[in-house]
Amino acid sequence: MAQFGQFALAIAFIVAIYAIVASLIGIRARNDKLIASGRNAAVCNCIAISTAVFSLGYLFLTNDFSVAYIAAHSSIDLPLHFKISSIWGGQEGSLLFWSWILTVYSALVIIQNRNRHRAMMPYVTAVLTGTSLFFTAMHLFVANPFKLGGIQMPGGPVSLFHPNDGAGLNPLLQDTLMVIHPPMLYAGLVGLAVPYAFAIAALITRQLGDTWIRTTRRWTMATWGILGIGVLLGGNWAYHELGWGGFWAWDPVENASLMPWLIGTAFLHSVMVQEKKGMLKIWNVVLIVAAYTMSIFGTTLTRSGLVDSVHAFAKSDIGGYFMAFIVVTVSGAAYLILDRLPYLKAENQMGSIVSRESSFLFNNLVLLVSCFAVLWGTMFPVLSEWWNGNKITVGAPFFNRVNVPIAIFLLFLTGVGPLLAWRKASTNSLKRNFLIPAAIALASGIPLYLFGVNHFYAWLSLVMSIFVGIIIIREFYKGAQARAYGTGERFHEAIVNLTMRNTRRYGGYIIHFGFVLLFIGWSGQAFSEKVRLPESRIGSHFQIHQFDLRVEDMGVRQGPNYAAQYASVSLYEYGRKIAMMSPEWRKYGGRDQQGTTEVAIHSTLKSDMYLVFQGSTDGVSGDFTIYYNPLVMWVWIGGAVLGIGTLIALLPNRQTASKKRQPSKAEQTEEIGQAV
Amino acid sequence: MKSKQLKFLIGSIAILVALVYFGYQGFNESMSYFQTVPELYASGDKAFDRKSIKVQGEVIKGSIRREGAATVFAIGPTDFKVPEGFTPGPETQTLAIRYVGSDAIPDTFRDYASAIVTGRMRKDGTFEGTFIQAQCASKYERENAAGVTAANQ
Repeated sequence: MAQFGQFALAIAFIVAIYAIVASLIGIRARNDKLIASGRNAAVCNCIAISTAVFSLGYLFLTNDFSVAYIAAHSSIDLPLHFKISSIWGGQEGSLLFWSWILTVYSALVIIQNRNRHRAMMPYVTAVLTGTSLFFTAMHLFVANPFKLGGIQMPGGPVSLFHPNDGAGLNPLLQDTLMVIHPPMLYAGLVGLAVPYAFAIAALITRQLGDTWIRTTRRWTMATWGILGIGVLLGGNWAYHELGWGGFWAWDPVENASLMPWLIGTAFLHSVMVQEKKGMLKIWNVVLIVAAYTMSIFGTTLTRSGLVDSVHAFAKSDIGGYFMAFIVVTVSGAAYLILDRLPYLKAENQMGSIVSRESSFLFNNLVLLVSCFAVLWGTMFPVLSEWWNGNKITVGAPFFNRVNVPIAIFLLFLTGVGPLLAWRKASTNSLKRNFLIPAAIALASGIPLYLFGVNHFYAWLSLVMSIFVGIIIIREFYKGAQARAYGTGERFHEAIVNLTMRNTRRYGGYIIHFGFVLLFIGWSGQAFSEKVRLPESRIGSHFQIHQFDLRVEDMGVRQGPNYAAQYASVSLYEYGRKIAMMSPEWRKYGGRDQQGTTEVAIHSTLKSDMYLVFQGSTDGVSGDFTIYYNPLVMWVWIGGAVLGIGTLIALLPNRQTASKKRQPSKAEQTEEIGQAV
Repeated sequence: MKSKQLKFLIGSIAILVALVYFGYQGFNESMSYFQTVPELYASGDKAFDRKSIKVQGEVIKGSIRREGAATVFAIGPTDFKVPEGFTPGPETQTLAIRYVGSDAIPDTFRDYASAIVTGRMRKDGTFEGTFIQAQCASKYERENAAGVTAANQ
């Protein structure tokens, strides 16, 4: 089967080259048959890579430890779903998985647009398959998942090695979220390749209107949503698996996934300016190139050992190839942009500083500064070492000091921006839209302060959340009221119909509302507390805020592929027992006897009690750490709302079924104009 | 330049200046020298003045023990063989660390783990740690790289 997978990769390699050549020659020679053939080859490429992925999966399921990758990442007793997730659990496999998503996307987009954009599509095919070709070359020549294991005899030849059992999957990755999180993240990161390919094709064909943007709008939106949720799932994994009480540490691996998302967010907003006003054309092309580059760069960063990270992949030599690939894509794009500058002229002038386009501009500015700061902080150890030989790292305070004010400013813009008029917002409309929400938000700031929210940014973020939350709810309310009045629908029907008739606008509002909830959750971080309790005996108890914890019991139990020490701890709130918490300390079998904590979390909307047990040596006393984390659950709820909003924004607008009339052309244009 | 564009420019510059200032503050607050044990010793007396140092090395086998609330251990070069009557110091390029931080010691921290300890150098030649990161996966992968997948090289 390993040879079969290897063979599939070889086929993919050849087919990809053919797809590129056929598409490019086809468009030059205006040969439709050749173009179609190139298209089919790109689909074949997808089939070949899929075959390789399934071969790897088969090798995992059949415990074929003669293959080095399987021996290093699986074991006989590994549960089935983790065997599947091991496909992307290590360097070689995760790259193959990356490729697979790319080729699936490519095939979908190529089939979807086979009869449209005749001039652009061959270039789209070439760019996408070109990227795939690079990855296939990596699989074949640098990081081959099908390589057989072997042992280097001292001074002698390499002999094949077939162990009876594998080393097992890293225990930290033996978690259900690790089955979903990496595919989500990849699906998001890789998705950026589609709008990128269209942007390049638009540059080559000089079709620099908004065709490429409209065609890829749903791709960009879906990709952005998936990436965002992937990042949050990563945070959730870290929160319940790593046992340090938090979900974000500004680790390079986390930053690598955040940076493309930040630029993607900027892109998602600035394309609206191009659609509506024909401005920012250069900017949008630059943004998508930057977002795509960041996604490749992030992939490089986490795999090359360029920067030290707590949870990076093994150090390897793929970094150089990836950097070379980035240089090629960036310089190619830069050349095209400079050469096509005359075609990228804006059709309109910038409006007033208090206008919709201006809010987009500031949104873009701070998102880019944020991304730059994250990049700078992540790369600073490397940069400073080049500069003067001292490797200097920066920590969370640097990232937070820059990004927290940016985030709150962005939250402000999510509230204000969508309600500002294009060109220039009148003072009257400002008063009408914002006076009441601002007054309520500021007024609620006083009780917030009195109830102990004395951390400036947390306070500001909560006040801003109230401000923006009210604005969004009022938009739904006003819209639904007007609709209910006009159509005679009941209020809740009106809300649904309103949303479904302009999914882009109202889906956008829901996404913004998801951010309001995220900010509420983040604000709680300022009030987290931690207590360490070394060597606590059965029967001992400790108090934190309104909670009281009592150690009831300790013991051992056997899991499918690990042995666990557990503690039973009763949780009391105001003297009433509300939960039984059972944190564990596990040791997994296999070569690596690493111990891991399984934290116990009691979540409510108000706060999380987060209990870490670090094992006991004598069976009657053990080390505990308690974290009191207010409002964390709002982060996950916000993430869910974000996902729902994205899904709604992806739906096509529903035409009113009860109404016979079609909306006039003018109305349609107006709707697009209002879209956020 | 038109007044509208000027307003944008002033607004943008104001935002940028504020953010650069915040970044500068955060940088000073959290910058830390990242060094291996030999690099730390090579920096001589400067090491005592530095507010925050991250020192990296492999946890020496059998060196981890508890002293009240503190955890004491030593780090050194990879696969360090402990000699008779061993005391950590510059001669062996090893460093004695006293961890007094409030964070729980990470799961991955144990003998042979690659540890990154944040803290400062004390005058008595020991290192006072306030934060530990331990990277076990790298060792884990390295073993594999050395053994099972040696044919890759």
